[in-house]
Amino acid sequence: MASQPYRTRLTAWGRFPVLEGFEIMSEDLEQGVAGANLCRGLGRSYGDAALPATVDDLVANTTLADRLLAFDPDSGVTRAEAGFSLFALNRLLLRRGWFTPVSPGTQYVTLGGMVASDVHGKNHHVDGCFGQHVRSLRLRLADGRIIECSEQREPELFRATIGGMGLTGHILEVEFSLRKIPTPWIWGESERIDNLDSMVAGLKEAAVGWPMTVGWVDCLARGEDLGRGILMKGRWANADEAPDARPPLKRRFRVPVELPNFALCRPSMKAFNVLYYRKHFQRIRQGIEHPESFFYPLDVADDWNLIYGRRGFAQYQCVLPHADDNGPARRFLELFVSSGGGAFLCVIKDCGSEGKGMLSFPRPGISIAMDFPIHPTKTQPFVDRLNELVIAEGGRIYLTKDALSRPEHFAAMEPRLEAFNAVRRKWDPQAKLRSALSVRLLGDAL
Amino acid sequence: MKVVFLGATKGMGRSLSRLLAERGEQLFLLEHVPEQLERTARDLEVRGASGPVQTADCDLLHPETFAAALDAADAALGDFDTVIVTAGLFGTQQQLEDDPDWAARVVTANYANTVLFCEEARRRLLTRGGGLLCVFSSVAGDRGRKTVILYGSAKAGLSHYLEGLDHKFRAEGLKTVCVKPGFVKTGMTAGLKPPPFAGEPDDVARRVLKAIDRGRPVVYAPPMWRLVMCVIRNLPRFVMRRINF
Repeated sequence: MASQPYRTRLTAWGRFPVLEGFEIMSEDLEQGVAGANLCRGLGRSYGDAALPATVDDLVANTTLADRLLAFDPDSGVTRAEAGFSLFALNRLLLRRGWFTPVSPGTQYVTLGGMVASDVHGKNHHVDGCFGQHVRSLRLRLADGRIIECSEQREPELFRATIGGMGLTGHILEVEFSLRKIPTPWIWGESERIDNLDSMVAGLKEAAVGWPMTVGWVDCLARGEDLGRGILMKGRWANADEAPDARPPLKRRFRVPVELPNFALCRPSMKAFNVLYYRKHFQRIRQGIEHPESFFYPLDVADDWNLIYGRRGFAQYQCVLPHADDNGPARRFLELFVSSGGGAFLCVIKDCGSEGKGMLSFPRPGISIAMDFPIHPTKTQPFVDRLNELVIAEGGRIYLTKDALSRPEHFAAMEPRLEAFNAVRRKWDPQAKLRSALSVRLLGDAL
Repeated sequence: MKVVFLGATKGMGRSLSRLLAERGEQLFLLEHVPEQLERTARDLEVRGASGPVQTADCDLLHPETFAAALDAADAALGDFDTVIVTAGLFGTQQQLEDDPDWAARVVTANYANTVLFCEEARRRLLTRGGGLLCVFSSVAGDRGRKTVILYGSAKAGLSHYLEGLDHKFRAEGLKTVCVKPGFVKTGMTAGLKPPPFAGEPDDVARRVLKAIDRGRPVVYAPPMWRLVMCVIRNLPRFVMRRINF
């Protein structure tokens, strides 16, 4: 019996916007995506990338299509259906000594989503994006054909699909290489940092010796303290350093109810940021860490997005070019702080080279990500100002996080957009595959 | 365990078969869509099922496929000792009222044909001194209710049949486990509004596996549904006529 589409209201991790449309869920993905405009996995993108373009559009939820189809314990080459999650992968294969070559900051993502967003992680400076490690994709095209594409077969479509936000074809299966790890534990070191210059210098210095680095920035600190925070570095622990036991299952908490909109006001954010900074007493801390607390610190709280209240929140992530004086990153943080932006979390990372995905986000430079509650009138002009600065500095934004950017701003940041649109038009002339994001930013007709 | 599994490609069957595979059990899968069956077999192999996971065609709507499918399972596993049935059809009360053909399929597959399949399996298990037969019925079979009249009636028949088997054959070594899931969030119920106490398929699967290991004749999952159904079974008719449950 085929599953039936049903009408529903969909949203993503930021809980803004909330849009109505049809959804279908099926274990048989090939059947489920027939007639669908878009695929959607665990809904961990922040904005409208996984939302229907109109109330009549059909979104295929891939999460029931989660079978592992092949795993080669010699080479690590793995093939799975698009709805297979990183959480399932870690549960099954971390203890056997395998890990994804690239992991985003949550494990509640599907392989299909990891490809469509071309996710990056703490090891971007050495290993690039997830797309770099994808060997082959099975796609259902807009015209209903099912094809396998890779660097050898239809390379142009392959590269457009990596980071293509699900707009080039429905991703059915992903084949990628896992990485052998010495132990399932992390050897980590964290360091308290006084200001932006030291943070960027610290990231660059750490990039030489450490495969994984990331910085947390107190983005309410101003002036002298601008950019202060904590720099985290890590690598897989060797057998002689790691405990013999496997990492225990982490206890998870639930945010039981949606908090009121004012819960995350400036004073509470300030308190959180100061505490987080101050509790790092020693300048440097090091030791063995649980892989989940290292890679997925926020996953300990299910539904942590509820703390932002009914209106939801926006996340903003951009990458700004390197400069000797760190001017772009400094001006960005200054604008953020002076416009009254306060963020609960602000993450900074130096990116390595650009990936193979045609619209893939990272490029060499400093990436900054932060989230803030949605305000009915103030958030849009705030995002506009941030975007104008990013354009002026020659940077760009991450579509997976975006809910509010304007098409003219996006076009100004993305010289690659024309080429991407051309590939899309070639494989889907009527733009059948579309999302709320593609209508907002890429000019898809309704 | 040497397990024959009818219904491992979907829903709770998928979750339960994965638990068995991760424990390293031997599995043989029955179903009627070859491509889906193949994919699930590969999935279970990667997850740790012992030996290759083989499959045979078996369609709950076609009882003539049952004997051959179980013969194939016997040949591949070398005398299976456990049979699990999670397969079944579903439709909401409204859908089944509007479409008599659909209603006929649901009632036939979920009652008559499931019983015929169990009879085939039971005979084989008894000739070798017993074994375990675990079948997914439903809380819908516990009481005639407005929202599950047709579906529930077939499940009621199935629950009765399994209870009878347990009474007659447990002494001969055949254990019967009748699973009564409440509302579980699977593809089958996607789009329906989950009631309170809705369960996740993985939690249900863990509970069912425990019941299989202990040979418990009836298991409600999530466990809260035992209490819910106890109340529902004892409500007087004039209340049942008024509530929409």
